[in-house]
Amino acid sequence: MVKERVEAAVAAVPDPELQVLSIGELGMLREVSVDEDGNAVVTLTPTYLGCPALELIKADVAAAARTAGAARVEVVVSMSPPWTTDWLSQAARAKLTEAGIAPPGRASLPLLQPGCPRCAFPDTEELSSFGAAACMALRLCSGCGEPFEHLKAH
Amino acid sequence: MTGLPEYLLGLGDDALVAAQRTAEWCAKAPQLEEEVALANLALDQLGQARAFLTYAGELEGEGRDEDALAFLRDEHEFRNVQLVELPNGDFAVTVAKTLFLAAYQNLLYTRLARAAEPRLAGIAAKAAKESAFHVSYASLWTVRLGDGTPLSHRRMRDAVEEVWPYTHELFEPWAPPEAGLDPAALRGPWLEVVGRALGEATLTRPQDGWAATGGRSGRHTEWFGLLLADMQSVHRAHVGARW
Repeated sequence: MVKERVEAAVAAVPDPELQVLSIGELGMLREVSVDEDGNAVVTLTPTYLGCPALELIKADVAAAARTAGAARVEVVVSMSPPWTTDWLSQAARAKLTEAGIAPPGRASLPLLQPGCPRCAFPDTEELSSFGAAACMALRLCSGCGEPFEHLKAH
Repeated sequence: MTGLPEYLLGLGDDALVAAQRTAEWCAKAPQLEEEVALANLALDQLGQARAFLTYAGELEGEGRDEDALAFLRDEHEFRNVQLVELPNGDFAVTVAKTLFLAAYQNLLYTRLARAAEPRLAGIAAKAAKESAFHVSYASLWTVRLGDGTPLSHRRMRDAVEEVWPYTHELFEPWAPPEAGLDPAALRGPWLEVVGRALGEATLTRPQDGWAATGGRSGRHTEWFGLLLADMQSVHRAHVGARW
């Protein structure tokens, strides 16, 4: 089935900012539909309204869907319901920690401090609430003294 | 009365002009962390502006997209409040402007997220989460400067006094029925959020006196034309150019 192939290919597109995660794991992929002529409509939800990676993701998604057999591809961006880090799977959180990025806590408690992704020490300090990407904060571990990135609960 | 397309222009213009002003700190911020933080604040505002302006252009139905609205309108056609076009001043003035705008936007977007109009509600729900970080960033700096050295206290106090008259415009009666809110009713909760930061910063809330007005009907400060010239000149010099 083309739909399954397109869905799998699109879900596996890596996020340009968080290379360790796919857009499927991030929860950005809302819907994939393919009609009988093989035309695909892929619905994405942006993580942040101004995320500069979105244009690149749209292009990558269209290319992945075509490679997987879609005839024509339309990528639709939907704002509602708004994306939340609560949609990250446990597997995705484990991958982030593995990559040295502290995964987000619950979106309802955005100011809860994360533990160190390297040494698991619970006490960490915020250096800057914004990092190299809008979704990241910079923190410092009070245990091992290493700085690390934190994907903010959102 | 304001219609929905014009209201969306106002929301978009507030965000667009705030983005342009805030981005002026790029390569000039007091330290690297603030440089990155301010660039991210500007990026959030730009994202919100794009969503609102695209929506406004579609409702207007005259074929104007976000670029046409951002780059091809003149001063008197912009519907932003004057607060966002004020010069950045020193870092304290930027912090004061950011605090006042972010506290307002966060309250506004949180309420608009419950609007009956689904597209407006969807954009607002996303933007509300972004502006919450802006409030916490600006509050932190207000406290750090206000409750800092005698010099930083004085400059933060002066900044708050200077910018305060421009905050009243945020609460002018200007929302269409689709928004489902009365802007004047936001001022109470806004004073609480802002008052908390000012209190912790050992600053007192300025007296209400002279109030700036006119932005929503296209009357702007003398600084606005220069900001637009900066923002629009490349687009206008290379009509139809693409990356």
